[in-house]
Amino acid sequence: MSMSALPVTHGTALRRAADRSRQRRREWIDAVGWALCAGSLIVLGGAILWILGMVLVRGIGALTPAVFTQVTQGTGGGLLNAIEGTVAIAAGTLILAVPFGMAAGIYVAEYRWTYWARTIRFLADVLVGVPSIVLGYFGYITMVEWLGWHFSIAAASITLAVLCLPYICRTTEMALREVPAELREAGYALGAGAARVTFGLSMRYALPAVVTGVLLALAISVGETAPLLYTAGWSNYLWNFHLVRSPIGYLTYVIWAFINEPFASANALAYVAALLTTAFVLVISLASRLLLLRRK
Amino acid sequence: MKFRTILAVLAGLVPASMIAILAFLAIYAWPAVDFNGISFLGGMQWNLGSLYADPVNVGGVDILPGAGYGILFLIVGTLLSTLIALVLAVPIGIGAAIFLAEAVPPRPRLWLSFLVELLAAIPSVVFGLWGYAVVVPLMAHDVFPAMAQMLGWIPGFGEPTGSGFGLLTSGIVLSLMIVPLIAATLRDAIDSQPAAVRESAAALGATRFETVWRVILPGLRPILIGACVLATGRALGETMAVLMVSGNALNTLPQTIYAPVSTMAAFIASQLDSALQDPTGLAVRSLAEIALVLCIISIAVNAAARLILAGFDPRDRRGA
Repeated sequence: MSMSALPVTHGTALRRAADRSRQRRREWIDAVGWALCAGSLIVLGGAILWILGMVLVRGIGALTPAVFTQVTQGTGGGLLNAIEGTVAIAAGTLILAVPFGMAAGIYVAEYRWTYWARTIRFLADVLVGVPSIVLGYFGYITMVEWLGWHFSIAAASITLAVLCLPYICRTTEMALREVPAELREAGYALGAGAARVTFGLSMRYALPAVVTGVLLALAISVGETAPLLYTAGWSNYLWNFHLVRSPIGYLTYVIWAFINEPFASANALAYVAALLTTAFVLVISLASRLLLLRRK
Repeated sequence: MKFRTILAVLAGLVPASMIAILAFLAIYAWPAVDFNGISFLGGMQWNLGSLYADPVNVGGVDILPGAGYGILFLIVGTLLSTLIALVLAVPIGIGAAIFLAEAVPPRPRLWLSFLVELLAAIPSVVFGLWGYAVVVPLMAHDVFPAMAQMLGWIPGFGEPTGSGFGLLTSGIVLSLMIVPLIAATLRDAIDSQPAAVRESAAALGATRFETVWRVILPGLRPILIGACVLATGRALGETMAVLMVSGNALNTLPQTIYAPVSTMAAFIASQLDSALQDPTGLAVRSLAEIALVLCIISIAVNAAARLILAGFDPRDRRGA
């Protein structure tokens, strides 16, 4: 775009001056542009470090051994019931969501040209967009109202499973799409059936990426709150192993309910719950990032 | 049974859940839809009626005297907080994506991208906690008064600056929750542009910034729009963070950008207990009607985003 290479003619000095000022303006715009971009990244990085720092500092400050050994008593005590509940709900969610989500993902990837597969892929993308509170209310009216269950682990896990289903489906599909066609062809050429090729070859090749989908579902079931408000309820006691009859505690409830209490002990528990939830979700994110990196 | 058939049946759970969600919400909300009519969307009153009076029969539906349900204030709150979130998140997302893709060397880029994507992994309720414990006091004491002084001449930006719980705080927290989506999608898209495009621009004498801003970004407009629509859907349905910082206004429209609001999602989360006080059940069904409206809006927004993004998947392009 620079015109300084043009033949020297009458008025060159003037033109050179104009070129220089234009050049200077372009350099200036460049510098401002890069500065704004860098600023955006700094804002984002700053925000995340601020959030993590706050959770870390206030969470660790409130951490006591009692958190892991006692159940919640009113606005104090520990979080044993909530930790146990979160683990139980997450386990239930994975047991329900992983088989169905993977089956859907395998179908969508392996038979991707069929109309049914395209429908499912599109609906999975749409289902991802349904707000989690809507799913929670859906869980409430179907399971708690109509089926007459109480707030319970079953209602909570089923609701979360519906939430996780499209994520597992889509990550499984993406993972399987990376499998080279030659691998499948080799399998079929050796006489293996579709199931054998899928589980013996494709899934084995794509396993790290498939596992990231399961980890994502795990992070969702540990971190979500809204779908559980009207399905899990809250309990100060340890889970009594009733599937549909008794409410169950969970960590994210403590964060939002206890921070509003006017008692320091309750607020402390909220920060500890935030620390545990965030730390867990971070570890999962890091693990799935490393899984994907190692594969490459 | 054939392997393929088994898979097809199991995969049917995805469409089945989608249909079940819509169908059950619609069936459950139907008496409320019928009773509230169109004024549900245009009315400003969420009123359970007199809880101590006997229900009266109006047009075949048992209601409490004085009950009426209109959610215009929720629709306005939802749209405004989403709008503020987008206004803040889109430029920051674009800037961060450009810097990550073009200016950061590969190794730090890996970890910086991870840091930005971590923002998407942090649970909503933790954003809410941060908003409640840190952002709200900061806004109430320092930022909002300063803003009112400097920007007070713009309608809606003047006094009173309120308690810190409100529209702008919700928008700020929401923007941080949706920005990773925009930044990550756009960064991947910039990365996947062929080197020839960059080289051609450089050969014409463009600087690196001009190359990104004037050559690469315009070509990625559909992806950017798709990502923004997706982010809109996320912001519309966000519950816990908004619930904790919005101030949960009832039956009022915000007069300033600092004023308390409530959104459809946050309202559903906060109102079930009080709605259950209504012995006729109409309040609970009206909440289901909000969920139905929110669900339909989200589905429409999300489907639109997917249709825009379809065919622009960088993964598909690489092979082409």
